[in-house]
Amino acid sequence: MSGTFVGMPAFPAAAREAVRDTTLRGNLRHATHTIRAKRARAVAELDDWERLRQAGKRIKDRTLRHLDRYLVQLEESVTAAGGVVHWAADADEANRIVAGLVKATGETEVVKVKSMATQEIALNEALEARGIHAYETDLAELIVQLGKDRPSHILVPAIHRNRGEIRDIFTREMGEWGRPAPEGLTDTPADLAEAARLHLREKFLRAKVGISGANFMVAETGTLVVVESEGNGRMCLTLPETLISVVGIEKIVPTWQDLEVFLQTLPRSSTAERMNPYTSMWTGTTDGDGPRAFHLVLLDNGRTDTLADEVGRQALRCIRCSACLNVCPVYERAGGHAYGSVYPGPIGAILSPQLRGTGSDIDASLPYASSLCGACYEVCPVAIDIPEVLVHLRERVVEGGEAVREGNKVRLRPAKGHAAERAAMRAARWALTRPGALRTGQRLASRTRRLHPRTLPGPGRAWSGTRDLPPVPAEPFRDWWQRTRGGKGGAE
Amino acid sequence: MSSRERILGRVRRALADVPPGDDAPVARDYLREHGERTVEETVDLLAENLADYRAVVHRTDTGSLPGVVAELLAARGAATVLVPPGLDTGWLAAAEVTRVPDEAGSTPRELDRVDSVLTACAVAIAETGTIVLDGSPDQGRRRISLVPDHHICVVRVPDQVVASVPQALERLDPARPLTWISGPSATSDIELDRVEGVHGPRTLEVVLVR
Repeated sequence: MSGTFVGMPAFPAAAREAVRDTTLRGNLRHATHTIRAKRARAVAELDDWERLRQAGKRIKDRTLRHLDRYLVQLEESVTAAGGVVHWAADADEANRIVAGLVKATGETEVVKVKSMATQEIALNEALEARGIHAYETDLAELIVQLGKDRPSHILVPAIHRNRGEIRDIFTREMGEWGRPAPEGLTDTPADLAEAARLHLREKFLRAKVGISGANFMVAETGTLVVVESEGNGRMCLTLPETLISVVGIEKIVPTWQDLEVFLQTLPRSSTAERMNPYTSMWTGTTDGDGPRAFHLVLLDNGRTDTLADEVGRQALRCIRCSACLNVCPVYERAGGHAYGSVYPGPIGAILSPQLRGTGSDIDASLPYASSLCGACYEVCPVAIDIPEVLVHLRERVVEGGEAVREGNKVRLRPAKGHAAERAAMRAARWALTRPGALRTGQRLASRTRRLHPRTLPGPGRAWSGTRDLPPVPAEPFRDWWQRTRGGKGGAE
Repeated sequence: MSSRERILGRVRRALADVPPGDDAPVARDYLREHGERTVEETVDLLAENLADYRAVVHRTDTGSLPGVVAELLAARGAATVLVPPGLDTGWLAAAEVTRVPDEAGSTPRELDRVDSVLTACAVAIAETGTIVLDGSPDQGRRRISLVPDHHICVVRVPDQVVASVPQALERLDPARPLTWISGPSATSDIELDRVEGVHGPRTLEVVLVR
């Protein structure tokens, strides 16, 4: 996936650093609590919310279960409407295709709409290496780009920054990239938005190539949909002569009518609005209106591997609303960077280890970055059972087994570092299938209970470092039951 | 093997567990609209929701429309106004401004120098406070309602107003370039708090005409 995150430490180490940062904790707490209450109000306005949620799930499942057919149908519709469709099996291929398309226009700069897919493939870095400058135009992406920072939230990549930090970044960096920040810039959000407007205006007006992702692609009509707030999306989608959209293959919906579900659930789940300020829909090219050339790059990059997992494939229903991040107690404290991926939070914890595999330290640790409280599942507008997939992926990490990587079946070895867990589980299985041995063991444990340490030694130390060991009772339960018949003291 | 064949092959192998041919349309048991309203109440809800997201709403009738448009442009101090090719010329009959036609050759920079834009719309959605433009001759190309900082949009009520998102999609043609607009441009990118006014028109005025 993204080269930006190579060499990330495993989640516990990264999170330990993050929770010590009190500014970060304050920023995240403020932002996630603001949006939580608003989302709940926006959702409560629709008394058929649960039915919309289940319909969204069914539509996405239908897409995924027949993805090959809908991909071919989409290709036909887009081509018939004047677009050109490209297929990219991985990030490198997608980056090569996009760079080639930009070079063919003779341009050396592009304006970008916020897009998770292009973040995932690290398109900006790949273009820069080929002499093409990519300018992010979404306010939060601009803050991240100017701050030479990494995104930490799906919807608001700069959520870890407060207004004062943003003012400082604008004042310091805008001049390096184009029009400097106004003199005496304050930290009021309205002034910061105005500074971004002035800074980017020049870039929009001269742009010849725009790059976007898409929230939805309609197979039957070939229509692409981008949902946004600021108008930077509309600028990039309509002013340039060439438009290149990089979209994950799972973003398809079969029919035009299917949009009626997601255009109700997405805005309310993400920004907690009845409707986001701007939604653009385009089908191929239109004479005299908007770009004359439209290229659609369909991206796999681990999605078909995810699709091969019957439990894990539900992660591909995700519409990137970020509601699960905003309610997650782990995300609220650890922040987005600790997840080591452009997809942080609960959805990231199940998406990244599937898109990238569980080979690296960070990816093997992500399924554990959760308390399994289930708040993410409750708010998910397409009903992804994130706790179910987390537990499934934990099993894969510990036990190994079959998986698909780059289209090939592989057998994963059990991960290192879980030997004690496996040994404990084997011992438990042995004891629990032998009542005599279990009884002897329990009695022994009860008699020696004053000698038990408060933390486990050796490989168990990390586990008991954050947990209390359960106290062993003076008498095993079964002995107590036999003696007292459940507290009735054998009175009958 | 091309990447197209490779990806489609991977998809088919990944879906080996799916029985062939079980693709049925999904059940749609959700509501076509929320609540029961008279036509008049639906128009009121549109006005209320537009205003809630900081669009400025005006209500008038066909006869008074030119006067209202002239007033809005004068109050703004607009000297120039972009005009889509098929706009009812009567709407601007009372306005003392220079009319700038929407021409294929006009550059974004030229559009940026125009003060205001006046358009019609294709449909308006009451439940969400949304107006949708579809590039018809009375609305013009997408860029003209984007680059100027002041957009006046005329909605014919009640015939252009629907209650809900599902009803709006039924009326729209996906082959046309569509722009859904709900209030002036805004952002939630600073501390997840909504602020109006970024790249799109910072002032959106919607005139509901009977």
